[in-house]
Amino acid sequence: MAENGIGASVRRKEDNRFLIGKGNYTDDISVVGQTHAVFVRSPHAHATLNRIDTSAALAAPGVVAVFTGDDLVADGIGPLICGVTVTSDDGQPHRAPRHPALAQGKVNYVGDHVAVVIAETLAQAKDAAELVVVDYGVLPAVTNTADASQPGQPQIHNEAPNNVCFNWPFGEKAAVEAAFASAHKVSTLELVNNRMVTNAMEPRAALGEYNSGTQEITLHLTTQNPHVHRLVMSAFNNLAPEHKLRVVGPDVGGGFGVKIFVYAEELVVGWACRKVQRPVKWTADRTEAFLSDAHGRDHVATAEVAMDAEGHFLALRVMTQANLGAYLSTFGTMVPSYLYAFLLAGQYRTPLIYSEVKAVFTNTAPVDACRGAGRPEATYLLERLVDIAAADMGLDPAEIRRRNYIPKDAFPYQTPVVQCYDSGDYVAALDKALALADYAGFPARAAEAKARGKRRGIGLSSYVEACGIAPSAAVGQLGGGVGLWESAQVRFNPTGNVQVFTGTHSHGQGHETTFAQLVTELLGVPIDSIEVIHGDTARTQFGMGTYGSRSLAVGGVAIAKACEKLIAKGKKIAAHALEAAESDIEFAAGNFTVTGTDKAMSIAAVAFNAYVPHSYPEGLEPGFDENAFFDPMNFSFPAGTHICEVEVDPDTGEVDIVRYSAVDDFGKLINPMIVEGQVHGGIVHGIGQALLEGCRYDSEGQLLTASYMDYAMPRADNVPSFDVDYAPTNPPHNPLGVKGCGEAGAIGAPPAVINAIVNALGIRHLDMPATPEKVWRAAQQAA
Amino acid sequence: MPTVKMQVNGKSVSGEVESRTLLVQFLRENLHLTGTHIGCDTSQCGACVVHVDGKSVKSCTMLAVMADGCAVTTIEGLASGAQLHPMQQAFMDNHGLQCGFCTPGMVMTALDIVNRNGNNLDEATIRKELEGNICRCTGYHNIVKSVQAGAKAMEG
Repeated sequence: MAENGIGASVRRKEDNRFLIGKGNYTDDISVVGQTHAVFVRSPHAHATLNRIDTSAALAAPGVVAVFTGDDLVADGIGPLICGVTVTSDDGQPHRAPRHPALAQGKVNYVGDHVAVVIAETLAQAKDAAELVVVDYGVLPAVTNTADASQPGQPQIHNEAPNNVCFNWPFGEKAAVEAAFASAHKVSTLELVNNRMVTNAMEPRAALGEYNSGTQEITLHLTTQNPHVHRLVMSAFNNLAPEHKLRVVGPDVGGGFGVKIFVYAEELVVGWACRKVQRPVKWTADRTEAFLSDAHGRDHVATAEVAMDAEGHFLALRVMTQANLGAYLSTFGTMVPSYLYAFLLAGQYRTPLIYSEVKAVFTNTAPVDACRGAGRPEATYLLERLVDIAAADMGLDPAEIRRRNYIPKDAFPYQTPVVQCYDSGDYVAALDKALALADYAGFPARAAEAKARGKRRGIGLSSYVEACGIAPSAAVGQLGGGVGLWESAQVRFNPTGNVQVFTGTHSHGQGHETTFAQLVTELLGVPIDSIEVIHGDTARTQFGMGTYGSRSLAVGGVAIAKACEKLIAKGKKIAAHALEAAESDIEFAAGNFTVTGTDKAMSIAAVAFNAYVPHSYPEGLEPGFDENAFFDPMNFSFPAGTHICEVEVDPDTGEVDIVRYSAVDDFGKLINPMIVEGQVHGGIVHGIGQALLEGCRYDSEGQLLTASYMDYAMPRADNVPSFDVDYAPTNPPHNPLGVKGCGEAGAIGAPPAVINAIVNALGIRHLDMPATPEKVWRAAQQAA
Repeated sequence: MPTVKMQVNGKSVSGEVESRTLLVQFLRENLHLTGTHIGCDTSQCGACVVHVDGKSVKSCTMLAVMADGCAVTTIEGLASGAQLHPMQQAFMDNHGLQCGFCTPGMVMTALDIVNRNGNNLDEATIRKELEGNICRCTGYHNIVKSVQAGAKAMEG
């Protein structure tokens, strides 16, 4: 292993700037002559937009411009698009109502964009926004997932009768029904997967600049995928040709999915800076973020499992209603379909699975990917159902899982729901987790807690995550409008240091360190001489960005491939310089060596030769700079078992997580310190969903949880420290042997926590979030 | 417009502000000290914590005019040249930050915790004291470790 290479917990290269206050987030950037944008938002969940009077706002001090939807339409801008097609049961594509960046004729959720006010100062823009007079014709609203498609509900879009976006059946219905008919036992569960607000700590922001000399727009955005933003805004929103649009995602303060999507504010800022010929800046305040960021989850589902007399799963049937909000966000359709139903096998051999997903529109903010995206919903449903099945069969939760796991010698394993898992050893992870959690010692701890008037519970969750979505051909077959390869460029400078350009984007994941470790391992260049560059369409060659735990599993491999190309070229250069045959040149630890001799040349010297090719192989291009693209053959399938132990106070309903153990299979770890940090963060995201977080609209569509006063984020005193370990297997399709790790905790944690609470109280089910009130009521009923 | 004068990171500064200008806005916009962040509108998240006359303050909760005549320390004022403050170093060594957005507020709060509770901090104390600072990335595990290690290191 190279020093600071693969497997080393190297301190992060990016930390210094963040620790001294020199991070460079979008709102930190100010440019000469910049104006400030404030959006006028609908206070109503559902209303006709009869008239917008902007005259008083236009006359207010400092106001530069006020624009409405008509102005965008006049310039041919928009509408916003959804990039993934799901075919409904009538054979038609999902219903895709027009999604204007500034509303036209109608508003469909509280926070919907009505107008934008641009002024010299933020205060002036805010003051003037108050002066925009909007005549709304208020309509009844529908916000509830389960009710939205019922007869008699308000209709949101003419294109979507009964507010149904799609009804998507998947699987062998008749075979599943036959299996249920002959089953020894059927266990059933109805559940709600609570709506989340993603809440990256940096609110969304945009800064648009237009250069009238070059006709180029530069947009600094809080984005996880600058090239995707550029592509969508150019190809579909008509903002500017791709080569005249530069999108920069500078330092981005957390993503978790919410900064993947192309939002109205971003498009409007990009357009308005050209319109007013001045830089325009917009930064969401937190309430705006709650109102207008894409939300996550929000399912209502019924799940049933059919079992034989030994508790083997024979068939699974899942009926789901998924809330997509008022409009389709960029990947809104994909989350409750392909990223959900295709994960319903979990870690189990269940041979038959049937799923129906009805996706509905409601008068709420659009719903899209939130850390895990579909996979937490699938895992929560499955892992809760497995615990109920265990109870119904009188089996220990660990035992019923063990009986049904896909065995380690069965990989590659074709599930009945499209996915073909490449690798895994679920028993190994379970056994390690049981030991880590001292599962055997739990009864004694529970008895001791009981003596103190507390109730202890323990809960397991075995998850599979499908991430690093690929290959591109499969994405296309599923109705996705993009390819999901990744690209890299590795460039030596003549003085021997290295710049690595990646198409992924880091917003907390530590790519600047992990990717540098990869390069130091492969090329032998000291890590301090390697700089990883990302997040700017003008600097990086291309890329699909960071989401779905893809950066290392896809983007890292692209970097490795570019390094291989450099080594291949370097051998030619070294062979010439060392007067040897190319086939006699070996490369190791940063040096090209003639086999069996001490004749050697460092890669830095080779790079210098390539840029100063005075004595150089005939016909070889100068330069030491290689591009590579990587399109994986399959998804990556991290998996693991998490075990949560809680202590419940039946008098207050308070839940104390007293122990949490996670054993994950992420394949090979490049930087264990960073990976463990990803696990911690994911678990707390999941604990937040399980115990605290719940986005609530009232029946009129007012968002009740629109600030941190009302939406409970997990805080340091809500969670414990964690016991983390690994049970790695090697993914055969991944040249680096790595799997994704960023979402695992958010997927594994919610069912582990709820299973523990249910176990503590001796009840059948409790919907998330398990607030003290809910837990107290359940404890009283159980007692 | 009122004029405010204060010491920020040891330097005398002054500026004209509207009376409604928050301290955090004055720091970010007038002084371009953008290390202090704004993560919410309700004084909940703690991304904007600075020290005013040696005590931690959420700078979104204080008007710039209220800090007139005060000594303000921001994240930019902690390191000595290239030498990180021991608490900053502890966050780096213990991977106490990911996206970095909450980090300045966390570090400033951590120093206040040490000032009030001393250098030997147990996990429960740290977790309770950090309840006014929200982080979405780290799950707090490594922040707690960082604060504990930083407090120790400050003992010197």
